[in-house]
Amino acid sequence: MVNALFNVVRAIGLSLLFVMPAFAIDSFQLPEDPATLARYQVLAEEFRCLVCQNQNLADSNADLANDLKRELVELLESGKSDDQIREFLVARYGDFVLYRPPVNKATAMLWLAPLIGVLGIGLVVVLLWRRGRNEGDVVTAEPVADEDISNALNELRAAKAEPQDKES
Amino acid sequence: MKRFILPVVFLGGLVTLLAAGLGLNPREVPSPLIGKPVPAFTLPTLNAPDRQVGHTELKGQPYLFNVWASWCPTCYQEHELLVELSQRGVNVVGLNIEDERDDALKMLARGGNPYSVVLVDADGRSRIDWGVIATPETFVVDAQGIIRHKHTGAITWKDWQETIAPLFEQLYREMEPANG
Repeated sequence: MVNALFNVVRAIGLSLLFVMPAFAIDSFQLPEDPATLARYQVLAEEFRCLVCQNQNLADSNADLANDLKRELVELLESGKSDDQIREFLVARYGDFVLYRPPVNKATAMLWLAPLIGVLGIGLVVVLLWRRGRNEGDVVTAEPVADEDISNALNELRAAKAEPQDKES
Repeated sequence: MKRFILPVVFLGGLVTLLAAGLGLNPREVPSPLIGKPVPAFTLPTLNAPDRQVGHTELKGQPYLFNVWASWCPTCYQEHELLVELSQRGVNVVGLNIEDERDDALKMLARGGNPYSVVLVDADGRSRIDWGVIATPETFVVDAQGIIRHKHTGAITWKDWQETIAPLFEQLYREMEPANG
């Protein structure tokens, strides 16, 4: 029992050993100037961490993300504009680095898909609605006279009564 | 029956689209560097940290630019292949990133050294310039120093035979008029 417990503790300890290197220490200084810091925070949320692809740079602790954040700080402090910084990263990592991809030939489907989807659903809804209305028209097109209904009911009753008599 | 045709076609199309999407490798992000000159660098070498090698010194013949690290398991997978390619005369240049010098040297001592030169990305800047996301990544560079192809992940013999070798042969053919 004690041995088993010891093994568990050792396993946790060992797994921590493997986990530790994943937590890279931020090897850069955040900008001190509040305006620059604000720009840094906006930009760090705008770029994708390419290692963990569903995180932005600000959220990511991957080594590459930290290198890119350090680069971001240096670019900001060297006086580059936001657009120049975007260009710097896109030139190296492509449009994929941007969480909001630009509209171009490669991303046309991406941007058009929601529009096509909404139009498609709209089309189906209109078609169904029109069909429903047409079916309604058929029912009200030829009103049935009250006499016809009572005649039909009488016929039904007569037909129902006959087989019951035979059975008993 | 007729009313089912449209939904079935729609569903079939959607399933096909999603299945194709699942088959793609999300790591294979197209590199914007293809067709562009290699990013400028002057970096220390692994064997002799005092010696610096710049991008202009690599011009003159096609080469594979292999980004690797000794802590990267996938790099071991392709190491044997790289060693064999270098024995066949392929110029393989290494970029060692985020590594300890001793570990990197140990890996080369054990598995063989396929590299004509190993550059060390000491400040982590060069890998940003090359748009490296994760090791290993391999770029095919022509004799003029233009990046012609990028391979993400370990190179297999299939990759070599189907994609990289034909391109490499083409790069050598491109050199002929200049030489003759």
